[in-house]
Amino acid sequence: MTLASPHPDRALARKLAATAGVLAAWVALYAALPALSETLAASLPLDPKSGLGRAVAFFLYDTPKVLLLLTLVVFAMGVVRSFFSPERTRALLAGRRLGTGNVAAAALGVLTPFCSCSAVPLFIGFVGAGVPLGVTFSFLIAAPMVNEVALGLLWALVGWKVALTYLGFGLGVAIVAGLVIGRLNLEAWLERWVRELRTAPVGVAAASPGLADRIDAGTEAVREIVGRVWIWVVAGIALGAGIHGFAPADLLAAAMGRDAWWSVPAAVVIGIPMYANAAGIVPVVEALLGKGAALGTALAFMMSVTALSLPELVILRKVLTLRLIAVFVGVVGLGILAVGFLFNALFGP
Amino acid sequence: MKVVKVLGPGCKRCTATAEMVQKEAEALGVAVTIEKVTDYAAIAGYGIAATPGVVIDGTVVHAGGLPKPDDVRRWLSA
Repeated sequence: MTLASPHPDRALARKLAATAGVLAAWVALYAALPALSETLAASLPLDPKSGLGRAVAFFLYDTPKVLLLLTLVVFAMGVVRSFFSPERTRALLAGRRLGTGNVAAAALGVLTPFCSCSAVPLFIGFVGAGVPLGVTFSFLIAAPMVNEVALGLLWALVGWKVALTYLGFGLGVAIVAGLVIGRLNLEAWLERWVRELRTAPVGVAAASPGLADRIDAGTEAVREIVGRVWIWVVAGIALGAGIHGFAPADLLAAAMGRDAWWSVPAAVVIGIPMYANAAGIVPVVEALLGKGAALGTALAFMMSVTALSLPELVILRKVLTLRLIAVFVGVVGLGILAVGFLFNALFGP
Repeated sequence: MKVVKVLGPGCKRCTATAEMVQKEAEALGVAVTIEKVTDYAAIAGYGIAATPGVVIDGTVVHAGGLPKPDDVRRWLSA
């Protein structure tokens, strides 16, 4: 019993008008933000030149700016993702060959809704339906690493060039690592019951969503994702603001600068067991960059934190043998390492 | 009596989905038995690739994410 509106066209028109109104308010607010935050900071009894004054001014400007940009990106991705589902992605990838299959899998990994709690059903669902192992891995690497929260926050905090670079290199790591794992022919290293499993993919009987449903999906994504991560964003910016106001500018230049070659492997090794979502890690990355860390080192750290984590590996142990997990971590870790070095070599300060 | 299976390894959304089905069934006065399927092999056997999934009387009606209350009511009253 669906409670359909008697005038679906009129309901859609209302929804579109409301969306346009919210977008216009967003633009106006974003444009007024520098002046607003400045007025607010000036009204506080703080010396704007002191460390505390600088930290507070930074926090007052960055917090609303980042939350606004994040909301926009999450909404847009929520609408885009309503065109994709794991089941559809699987149907697109089943029987694909290595190569084109890996490229498609990595790209779909960015676009398909994914939750790390779903990693195992997704993995066996893919492999059981005939998606090659290497192609499945390309998807599994790209999905948590290159997502809308990571990209939106990088764009908001560090700039769109870095966000695009992260997207490009993240896809590169996912594609190459998946290709390598595929070439190694490690199907025998899956847990036995996974190898024997053959699933019959079902089409979930759902009506194709209309435009109104897609707008709802975007709104729902904002409520769910921004509602969950905003606290981490605020905490991260507060930390960044503290560093901004008090830490000396070249604090990290010696340890994480371009000249310290060992800082890239160190960043990857430290990042692998760590588990943090993009919302918590990006403000830290921004703070590291501001204090003299090299971009490649900071991005390698972020990639290894998001792509590989101890909790995810523990979950994957249910379907992968330890040997296969070791290969997975080794191949992805080496890929991230290469990105870090390449980046520091290509983009000097 | 409808047999509703909620497929999922025990994540927060899976529990929320089961609770939602229970609540909507009570509100509609439809008798249901809700069964949680947490075994990965069993979940994969239904052919879905994202959890939570919902199976009603043997038919997969939903996969991935929290279902909408409207949809749950539609499944239960079908």
